[in-house]
Parts: sequence; structure tokens; C-alpha cells
Amino acid sequence: MNEYTAQPPGLLSGLWATARRDLLLAWKRPGDVLNPLFFFAMVCTLFPLAVGPSAEQLEFSGPGVLWVAALLATLLSLNSLFLTDFEDGSLDQLLVSAQPLPILALGKTLAHWLTSGLPLVLVSPILAITYRMPGSVVPVMMLTLLLGTVSLSLLGSIGAALTVGLHRGTALLSLLILPLAMPVLILGANTVSLAAGNDVYTTGIWALGAYAVASLSLAPYATAAALRISNE
Amino acid sequence: MSLTLSADDLTLIRGERCLFEGLAFSLKAGELLLLEGRNGCGKTSLMRAIAGMLSLESGQIFWNDLPVLKQRQVFHGALVWLAHRTGLKGDLNMVENLQFEESLRAQSDRDRDAVYERLGIERLKRLPLRSLSAGQQRRVALARMLLADVPLWLMDEPFTNLDREGRKLVMELVEEHLAAGGLCVMAAHQDVDIDAPVTRIRLQ
Repeated sequence: MNEYTAQPPGLLSGLWATARRDLLLAWKRPGDVLNPLFFFAMVCTLFPLAVGPSAEQLEFSGPGVLWVAALLATLLSLNSLFLTDFEDGSLDQLLVSAQPLPILALGKTLAHWLTSGLPLVLVSPILAITYRMPGSVVPVMMLTLLLGTVSLSLLGSIGAALTVGLHRGTALLSLLILPLAMPVLILGANTVSLAAGNDVYTTGIWALGAYAVASLSLAPYATAAALRISNE
Repeated sequence: MSLTLSADDLTLIRGERCLFEGLAFSLKAGELLLLEGRNGCGKTSLMRAIAGMLSLESGQIFWNDLPVLKQRQVFHGALVWLAHRTGLKGDLNMVENLQFEESLRAQSDRDRDAVYERLGIERLKRLPLRSLSAGQQRRVALARMLLADVPLWLMDEPFTNLDREGRKLVMELVEEHLAAGGLCVMAAHQDVDIDAPVTRIRLQ
């Protein structure tokens, strides 16, 4: 007779396993990862063509354009977060997993951020230079984007979980997420503008950090609850 | 410790239709619960409700006499779920897929290679799953189930896409699992020939 005494692996192993699997999948299908990045770069390069290349105007609009483009690129990539899992039955497996669902959802969101948010942050200095952003402001912008994309990925995972059962849920997802994403956009873009104008900007960084921490501690639970509801 | 899965007064309404009402069952270690009925009669819904993925209109499912909703992690740690959609990633190979499961669930001490060989998938280890046939993918899903060290097997249409030997193999595996003190809930519309105490529920 089997006594079934083996213990399930610990919590962290569930987190890493989901993150690792999604990273592996992204590695095997690099097209999905590069899409949002292309979108981000395209919007940032097209904008000066439309509004004119005068140095003054570029310096003024740079932070705003970069931030709006980053926000839209993140929203674009969120739709696929749980979609393939929903279609191939992996989501059911996650729902009946021996590991807590918030941990697994966090693992997936971590992989999503590493493949969509982080590349944006790394590419942004190149685009910032085309907007004549001073060298001293570039690190500030990268830091705001770093904190901001973490929040956006986490908040977006709630929306992605809510709309996973709906077909063509992209528009609804964006609509659901926008109210939560707006503070990130306002704080991010204004912090960079303040830094560019040699004003005190640290408050914005702290606020963005607080927003990221709040999302990190609450979003996984909301995502897990949303996944259970939308997969009924 | 004796393992039990039971349910009391289950009612499920989907849309305008009442799929079942006042349904009850009780299952002990070594027993099989067989759900029968035509297509669309609610077998899968009942399976999903047992797994805790679907909320019921009324009634409760009990695992070892405690409601599963009050001990979801314990209950989910004691079951594996095999359904029509296998939940395996087509872009990953068999080993990568099974490694993922290993990090999530308690694993049995069975010899891996012996399990692969028994299921006839030992030569498919390094191929991406999408290049395998539907039947072979299902065998990989069966490997996931065999390698987990859990008492409760939830199988929704386990015979789909399998050839005759495959179907026979599934019945043998379930027999062995039950003989070792496991439990199994199975939804099937084929004839099932398993030598174990069977409770049948026929959904209308």
C-alpha cells in the first residue's frame, strides 16, 4: 500500500518553475517578445517625424512620448499572458496545482516583466538620446521606467486574468487597466521632466517605488482570484 | 489513515439548464467512481466541480471528511488532473514539460525510465511536443500522472486519442493505482473494464 507521504516542493520552487517555463517558451518564440519592443521603438521614432524635429520641442516632449509608448507597449504584450495557457489546458493545471495560485501567477508575471518590461528599460537610453535628453537625466528615466513597468506588469496581470476567457479581450483589458496605470504614467513622465528641468525629482521616484511595492504585494492575490472566476 | 472523497447534495445549474440536482457519492481508498452519460450531460462540469474549478449551486465536496474549499491546498496536493486538453506545452519537449510538473507536485519514487518505457514514449524525450501525435501527447500526460505521488486521480475522458493497447494500458494503470490504495474519478463514454469496486453515476 502506498502511504502518499511525499511532501510537495516548497513555494519558491513553484515561483521559479513557472517563471522558468515562461522564459523558456519566450526563448523558443522570440517573435512574441520582440513585438512590444518594436512597437515601443517605432512610436518613439515616428513621433518627431510628425511634430517636427526642432530641438526645443523634442526636449520638451521626450519624457512624455517615451512614457506613453512604454505604457502602450506593455498593454499590448499583456493580452497573451494567460491566453496560451488557457487554450492548451495549462491554466487548469495551475488552478489545481499543489502550489498556491498567487505564487504561480507571480511567477508568470515575473517572466512577463523580464521579457517585456526589462527590454524596454534597456532600450530606452538609445531612444532618449534621439530626444536630446541630457546624460544626467537618462539614469533617472531608466529608474522610473524600471519601477513603472514592474507596476504595469503586475496590474496588467489582473486585467489579463479577468479577460482570459473572453475572445478579443484586448480592448476591455486596456480599459480595465488604464485607471490603475494612469498614476504610473503621470508620476513617471513628470519625474523625468522635473529631472530634465533641474528640479527636485526624488519624491516621484519614492512614489513610483511605493506604487510598485503595493502592486507587488496585492496584485498576485487579485490575479489568482480573477483566474479562478474567469476560468469557471 | 483512510482516504475518502465524498459529496453531498450537489446541484449545478449552467445557464437555464440544471445539469444535476441532489447528487451524492462516497468513495474510499481503492475505489473507482465512474461518471457516465451522453455528450453534454455535465460529466466534465461535475469533474471540474470536484476539482474545485467550478462553484456549485449547492452542496459540498469533502476530502477526508473536511470540505475541500476549506483546505484547497491540501486537496490539490493530493490530486492530479487529466483532461481533454493535456496542459502540456507544444513548444517544449517531454523532459522540459515533466520537469515543470516536478517542481509543483510531490513526486513518487518510481523509476522514470521504466515509466517512459511502459508508456512507449522513451524515444520521444527530446522532441518538441507539437511534433508528436495526439495519442503520444496523451501518453506524456499519463506519465505526468504516474510520476506524481498523489492518491486521487481525476480523469476526464482518459481514452481520447488512444489506440486499443493504450486504452488497455490506462485500465491496467488505474487498476494498479486502486490496488495500491489510490482513488480514481473517471468520466468516460466507452465501456470501462476495471477490476475494482466501482460506483457508477449516470447523468441524464
